[in-house]
Amino acid sequence: MGEVNWECSNAVFMVAFLSSPWPWYVAGPVIGLFVPLLLLVDGKLFGVSSSLRHVCAAVLPGKADYFRYDWKRTGLWNLLFVAGIFVGGMIASHWGGHRDIAIADSTRLALTKLGIHDFSGLAPREVFSWPALLSLKGFISVVVGGFLVGFGTAYAGGCTSGHAISGLADLQLASLIAVVGFFAGGLLATHLILPLFL
Amino acid sequence: MSNQPATDQDAPVQGASRQAHRQTAGALLVYFLLGICFGVTLTQSEVLSWFRVQEMFRFQSPRMYEIIASAVVVAAVAVALIKRFRLRALSGEPISIPPKSLGYGVRYAVGGTMFGLGWALTGACPGPLFALVGNGVTVMIVAIASALAGTWLYGLLRAKLPH
Repeated sequence: MGEVNWECSNAVFMVAFLSSPWPWYVAGPVIGLFVPLLLLVDGKLFGVSSSLRHVCAAVLPGKADYFRYDWKRTGLWNLLFVAGIFVGGMIASHWGGHRDIAIADSTRLALTKLGIHDFSGLAPREVFSWPALLSLKGFISVVVGGFLVGFGTAYAGGCTSGHAISGLADLQLASLIAVVGFFAGGLLATHLILPLFL
Repeated sequence: MSNQPATDQDAPVQGASRQAHRQTAGALLVYFLLGICFGVTLTQSEVLSWFRVQEMFRFQSPRMYEIIASAVVVAAVAVALIKRFRLRALSGEPISIPPKSLGYGVRYAVGGTMFGLGWALTGACPGPLFALVGNGVTVMIVAIASALAGTWLYGLLRAKLPH
């Protein structure tokens, strides 16, 4: 009887832990572990943005050398990893239910001044929703922002996972330059561009 | 092939494993399952949230920096151990991590800055884009489509861009 209870409360604890926001000292190390896990399974380099290239190579390679390679051989694993990310997001949202992000008061204030009023969910619905897509702020955030993510990661040869985590972990100078660029661009957009259209 | 100096290093790892690539359904399932774990991690760590990204770029909470820094430290220690003990992958292959060729470094500085702009605007890097769609922020399908267009245009212009 006692044993059953213990197992039961253990399972409850697990679900409670998995479904509440993780503290940084759990989240960071878990993210970092994906680098050795993928290396140890079959020598794969942890990185997400190459999936965009593989989709292009599979769907519309055109005449560009950049897309002419055997995407099934080199990219299928990556595409499945990305499909998993989508499913993982679905599972976690199912556990977490309605999720609000407890950001710093100072950030809340700064964003309120920029005209953000809806602080529920993962991203403000007044910018990131289908109806908002037709507004200037929705279009710039989703369409222009998405385009820059795709072009920029392809040009730089990696994103946060490939350069900031995998590349820095392997002490690559190229990745350090890329990460400095990530933050230069992010600061520019946050402090100079966002106030122009939000 | 294009004669850009940066061509070879990002040709998707052709030489890394020469033996006939075993892509059994079981092996591929592992990547799918790891992807699920990563999607859960991106959600529970909240790094996929536009609000968290704003908080980071405004230096108003150390949280994102703590997450990124601890992820890099854990990964760096693991990579160092893998190299030090010359570990092999479960597939039996020796593990080799090809160094990134620096070239002129232009691609990293310019491409990195472009991505940074997009990261702050969408509030998401590529992994979180997919996780956000899973979380029901379905409008991010448009951001992914737009990112694909960006990657495709890069492929088209590649030979003309400085690297």
